[in-house]
Amino acid sequence: MVIAGFIFISIGLAFNVIGCIGIIRLPDVYNRMQAATKCVTAGTCGILFGTFLVTGLNAAGAKIIICMIFILLTTPTAAHAISRAALKNGIEPFKKNGDK
Amino acid sequence: MRRRLALFIAALAIWMLLSWPPDSQHLLAGIAAAGLTALLCGDLFIDGTRLFTRPSRWGYFLIGYLPLFAWQCLKANIDAAWRILHPDLPINPGIVQIKTSLTSDIGLTFLANSITLIPGTMCVNIDKDKGILYIHWINVKAEDSETATRLIAGKFEPLLKKIFE
Amino acid sequence: MKRLKWFIGAIALMSAIGLIIIKPLPFLFYHDLPHVAFFGRALFILLLCCLLLLWRLIKGPTGADRIVVLDILGVMLVGLCAILTIPTGRSWYIDIAIAWTLQSFISTLALAKYLEGKGFDE
Repeated sequence: MVIAGFIFISIGLAFNVIGCIGIIRLPDVYNRMQAATKCVTAGTCGILFGTFLVTGLNAAGAKIIICMIFILLTTPTAAHAISRAALKNGIEPFKKNGDK
Repeated sequence: MRRRLALFIAALAIWMLLSWPPDSQHLLAGIAAAGLTALLCGDLFIDGTRLFTRPSRWGYFLIGYLPLFAWQCLKANIDAAWRILHPDLPINPGIVQIKTSLTSDIGLTFLANSITLIPGTMCVNIDKDKGILYIHWINVKAEDSETATRLIAGKFEPLLKKIFE
Repeated sequence: MKRLKWFIGAIALMSAIGLIIIKPLPFLFYHDLPHVAFFGRALFILLLCCLLLLWRLIKGPTGADRIVVLDILGVMLVGLCAILTIPTGRSWYIDIAIAWTLQSFISTLALAKYLEGKGFDE
């Protein structure tokens, strides 16, 4: 069980690093938000699930489950709020070929 | 009244999970705190609480929706990781409009969250009166609204219609 | 030119991660706790992620980029709290993580409202 937890934590760390590279590389706030939100949500949920597998279902484990549910509910909502604000603020979406 | 009861049950469940090994003192304090919460801000809770009393909706939610959502979420992550790590950045972003026939608040919320977590799409804006969602798509395959609706929301929308309408 | 930049970045990042995995920085306190070898490396990899995010926070051309980075930093800190839970054995780190999730969500909503140009009451 501890080994399975370590594997989940490693997968989560890899997704977190990939999400941060995405924030550096992608050209536009909407694309950055897509990649970052997906990868970082999955990475943090992987880390939390690995921690749950290591601790087992005790006082800390139940709180970890609550924390996972909160992250899965709040992160897409926050991304939606930021993107709507950016669109209303007049930030143009990036186009591949330069034509509008 | 029914809304306050639903909020009371949800708050009590979260309290019992937060103080996990269940005993009587925690239960008493939890009933007091959840009752106070339901009394003070019960009218801010979601509308349409009678949906959750039918077992068939719970069945569709647990058996139909959650495995599909988990599988799409996994595929979304691998897709996004491939696009980030590729040296040429294979993206072709744009904003498309899709139509929906859901009308309730909680159904639209679940549809928008699902769209944000499936591969390559993110919900930008919702026009609730006309039933139009503005979607930012990282690799645009179809500009027109009909094909985009079929490609993006085709899997989730009938299921969510059965659950939340 | 683009390929060259990608190659240099990949080599720099892989060498940084490899250095962390092979020869981690000294872990000042808590030498004799369980699993400290794995969790120390995990902690330093998460700190490397936070450094990458801070680069975008300094450089970001618009305000929306900075708000995205603040949101993602909040989620990253939840993972850091979860990693600190097991080797130290103190379960109140998870309490910090839950409180941080909700508070970061509310602050992100407030910053988005500010960017949109509205008041705080819708």
